[in-house]
Amino acid sequence: MAFHVIDRRLNPGGKSLENRQRFLRRAKAQVQSAVKKSSQDRDIKDVLEGGEVSIALDGMDEPRFRREGGTRDMVLPGNKKFVEGDILPRSGEGGGKKSQPGQGDSEDAFRFVLSREEFVNLFLDDLELPDLAKRKLAEAESQGLQRAGYATSGSPANISISRTVSRALARRVALRRPRRETIAALEAELAECEDDERRAQLEAEIAVLKAKAKRIPFIDPIDIRYRRFETIPKPVAQAVMFCLMDVSGSMSEHMKDLAKRFYMLLYVFLKRRYRHVEIVFIRHTDRAEEVDEQTFFYGPASGGTLVSSALQTMNDIVRSRFRPSDWNIYAAQASDGDNSISDSEAVSRLLTGAILPVCQFFAYLEVGEAGGYSFEMPDSSLWSLYERLRGNGAELSMRKVRDRSEIFPVFHDLFQRRANQEKAS
Amino acid sequence: MTERLFDGADWDFITLQRIHDACEDVARNELGLDTYINQIEVITAEQMLDAYSSVGMPLFYKHWSFGKHFAFHEASYRKGLMGLAYEIVINSSPCISYLMEENTATMQTLVIAHAAFGHNHFFKNNYLFKQWTDAEGILDYLEFAKRYVKSCEERYGHVAVEHTLDAAHALMSHGVDRYPGKKNLDLREEEKRAGQRRLHEEAAFNDLWRTVPSGPAKSRKTLSIERRRKLLGLPQENLLYFLEKSAPRLAPWQRELLRIVRHIAQYFYPQSQTKVMNEGTATYVHYRIMNRLHKRGKISDGNFLEFLQSHTNVVFQPEFDDPRFSGFNPYALGFAMMQDIERIVSDPTDEDREWFPDIAGTRDVEDVLRGIWANYRDESFIGQFLSPSLIRQLRLFHLHDNPEERAGIRVDAIHDERGYRRVRRELAKQYDVGYIDPNIEVVDVDLAGDRRLMLRHHVVKGAQLAETDAKRVLQHLADLWSYDVSLQEVDSNDKVLKEYVLNPRIQPVAA
Repeated sequence: MAFHVIDRRLNPGGKSLENRQRFLRRAKAQVQSAVKKSSQDRDIKDVLEGGEVSIALDGMDEPRFRREGGTRDMVLPGNKKFVEGDILPRSGEGGGKKSQPGQGDSEDAFRFVLSREEFVNLFLDDLELPDLAKRKLAEAESQGLQRAGYATSGSPANISISRTVSRALARRVALRRPRRETIAALEAELAECEDDERRAQLEAEIAVLKAKAKRIPFIDPIDIRYRRFETIPKPVAQAVMFCLMDVSGSMSEHMKDLAKRFYMLLYVFLKRRYRHVEIVFIRHTDRAEEVDEQTFFYGPASGGTLVSSALQTMNDIVRSRFRPSDWNIYAAQASDGDNSISDSEAVSRLLTGAILPVCQFFAYLEVGEAGGYSFEMPDSSLWSLYERLRGNGAELSMRKVRDRSEIFPVFHDLFQRRANQEKAS
Repeated sequence: MTERLFDGADWDFITLQRIHDACEDVARNELGLDTYINQIEVITAEQMLDAYSSVGMPLFYKHWSFGKHFAFHEASYRKGLMGLAYEIVINSSPCISYLMEENTATMQTLVIAHAAFGHNHFFKNNYLFKQWTDAEGILDYLEFAKRYVKSCEERYGHVAVEHTLDAAHALMSHGVDRYPGKKNLDLREEEKRAGQRRLHEEAAFNDLWRTVPSGPAKSRKTLSIERRRKLLGLPQENLLYFLEKSAPRLAPWQRELLRIVRHIAQYFYPQSQTKVMNEGTATYVHYRIMNRLHKRGKISDGNFLEFLQSHTNVVFQPEFDDPRFSGFNPYALGFAMMQDIERIVSDPTDEDREWFPDIAGTRDVEDVLRGIWANYRDESFIGQFLSPSLIRQLRLFHLHDNPEERAGIRVDAIHDERGYRRVRRELAKQYDVGYIDPNIEVVDVDLAGDRRLMLRHHVVKGAQLAETDAKRVLQHLADLWSYDVSLQEVDSNDKVLKEYVLNPRIQPVAA
C-alpha cells in the first residue's frame, strides 16, 4: 500500500501570523492601554523588551449557548466510603472537588506574550515626529547614486562591455560581415589549389570578403554603451541624540530618574525611525563634560550651575563630529531649573544662534521633587528664560514633570500626532 | 531473533517507513484493521501550535479568534503549563497524521500505531463518521473555504466578513443536523455548486430588476400557522441552516459563509460524540501493536519500558478527590472498556455471561471489537458495554445534586448490585449529545407582523442558559436575522421561565 512521509518542518513558519495580527488589531485598544499601564509602574527598559501583557477580554469573547445551575447528576470514579443514600453536606465539600467535565473554562483575563516589535509599535503607535522635525527631515537629504539604464555617452570607466559587445555582434550579423573562419578556409583552399582558373576565382572572392571585413569594423563607435547613473536624494537615516543634564547638588536621585526615563523613551522612539542612533551624554555643573552613560546618571559631581557650559559643549561636539547635513540632531535637556542670572545672556545667544537652527527638536524637561502636581511648580529662572525665548519664536518644547507616572503622558504630549501647540505659538 | 526497528531514540525517514510497515503488518493481519492510506507529516512545535489554533486542521480560513487561541496556547506552552500533543490526526483520505519532530523513535512508533492505525480505522469504519463526514473532500473543501473567505474580504471588506463569521461561530454548536435523513454530505459537490451559483448570479445579473417597482405587499392573513411552519421547515434546531435558508436580508455571500461554518461544524460533530470510543480504540490498538512488536523482538526492552511509561501517563485516571481530577479521561475510560471487552470475550466470568450473553466467550476478540467500533458512539457504547466488573474496578458512584434539597448532595448509586445499571445509565447520559448541548430550536416567525424570530429553549433538569453569553449569542443571531429575536426558556410543562428579546444592531446594508 502506498504510504507517504512528508517533512513539513521546512515549511515557512508563522502560518498564523495573519490571525495574530487580526487578533491584535481587534484587541488594539485593550492591548494599548495594558501596555501603557505597565509602562508606568515598571522599568521602561524592561517593559520595552516586550513581554507579557494581560488584557480583559472585552469584545473579544466568543459566546456560546451554555447552561448553568439546575439539578446535576455526576458519575465519578474512586469511591472510598460512600454507600447509597448518603447525603454529603454542600459547604464542607464532603464529596471533594466537584468540577464538571465539559464546562468551558471562561478566561476573563487573558495573558499573552507580545514580541518586542509589537510592543514598541503599540507603545508608540499614536506618536509622530513633530511637524517641525519632519519639515527639516525632508530638507536634510544627501545625494546618492543609482543605476539608471545605459547611455550613448559617458566616461570610459563606465563602458558597459557586455552591452557594447552584444550590440557589435548584432550589427556584424546584420551587415553580414564575413567571418574570419570563412576567409581562412578559402585561403587554405587557395594554397592547395592547382587549377589557375579556380585560383583566380578564389583570389577574387577573398579580396571581396577582406574588403568587406575592412568596411565593417569589429567594434564601431556606435556600438559603445555606457552605464548611466542618476543622482537621487537619500534621506538621512541616522540621528544623534544629545542628553543634557544638570548634575549639580540640587538635582536629587528622583529627578535624575525622571530624566533617565524621558531619555529612554526618546531613544526608543528615535530608534524606531532611524536606522542608526547615537547618544551623547553631556552633564554639567558650572563646567560641562561629555561622559559615558554610567557616569552621566550615577557619577558624583558638585558645583554651581551654568547651563551655557553644556550648550557650548554640545555646540562644539556638533561642529566636530555631527555635521547637521548628515545627522538628524535631537536634544533633550533636563534640569531643576536653577541657573545663575548672569548666564541667561549666553544661554539665549547659544540656543537661538547655534543650537536650535541645527536641531530637529529640542526639548526641555524641568524635573521636580515627588509629591504635588507639576503645574504647581513655580517657574524657575531657566523656565522663564526659555519661555521668553519661545515668545520670540524659538522652536522649543518644554514641560514640567514631578512624578514617574507623568513621564509617559508628557512624552506622549510632546509627540502627539496632531498638530503641535508648540508650532502654533 | 528478528532485526530491531531502531536503536536508541534517533530516527530518520527510513526508520519511519520501517515502523509504519511493521505496525501495518500487525494492524492488518492480526487486528484486521481497514484504514485509509496514511500520510505522515513531520512538524515542529510551532507548527503544532499553529494546528492547535485552527482546530487541528492543516489549512483554514483566517479569523482573529484563531490568533487569540494561538497566543493563548503559545503563552501557556512557553511557561511550561502545557505540553503539546505528540500527534494530531485528521479524518481525511489519505489520513494525515502530524508527528512532532522531537518525539523519540519509540514515541513515533507509539503515535503511528495510535493515530495512523487506531484513529484511522475508527474514522473509516464508525457509522457516525461514515454518515456525517466526507473524508475524501474535506481538505479540498477547506481550501475552498479559505479562498472564498479571502475573496469575500476583498470584495466586501474585512469588517463585514468578520461580523458574519463572529456571528456564525457563536451559533456553530447549533449549526449541525442531529438526525440523518437528508442526503449525505459531499463536499466536492458543495464546492462546485457554490462556484456555479456565483457564476450564474453574475451571468444573470440585470440591473433592470433592481428598479422594478414593487407594489405594497399583499397581506395574507389566511396563511395559517401550520402552513407557515411547514413552508419554513419549522421547528428547526439547526439555527445556521435556518438562517442560511430563511434570513430575509442576508447577502448571498453571507449565506455562503454560514454554510461553510455549518459544514465545518457538521464535520466535527461525530468527533465530539465519540471521544471515549475514538481514543479508546486508538489506545487499545497502539497497546496491542506495541506489545506484538516487543514480543517479536522488534523493539528493545528499554524502548518498550519507555513506551509503557508514556502509555501509563496517557491512561491515568485520577480519582474524584484527587486535585488533578477534571472529569473522566477519555483515553483511560475507553482503553479500560476495550480491555474489559477483550477479557469478557476471551475469558468471561459467570457474571459476564449473564450481562453480556452475546459476546461473552465468543473468543474472537478482534471481530467483536471491530463490530463495536463500527456501530456505536460514546453514549450507546457505555450504555451497552460498561461491565459491573469495570464499575467495581473504577469504583464508580453517582451523585445527585438538587439545589432544592437543603441537606446536601445525595449519593444515588454506587458500585454494588443495586447500583450497576443506574451508574451505567447515568454515565452514558453524560455522553449523550442530547444532554450536552442545550436544546434550542426555531419555533416560529411572525411573518405578517414585525418578522420577529421566535426561539425556544427546552430546559432540562432546571439548567437555564448563562445569561451574559446567551444575550451575546442572541445579539449575533439578531444581527443575522436583521429583525427582533426572542428566546423563551420553557420547562417540560411549557411554562415560560424566562424570555429574552434582542434587537439587531443597525444594519448599514440596504436589503
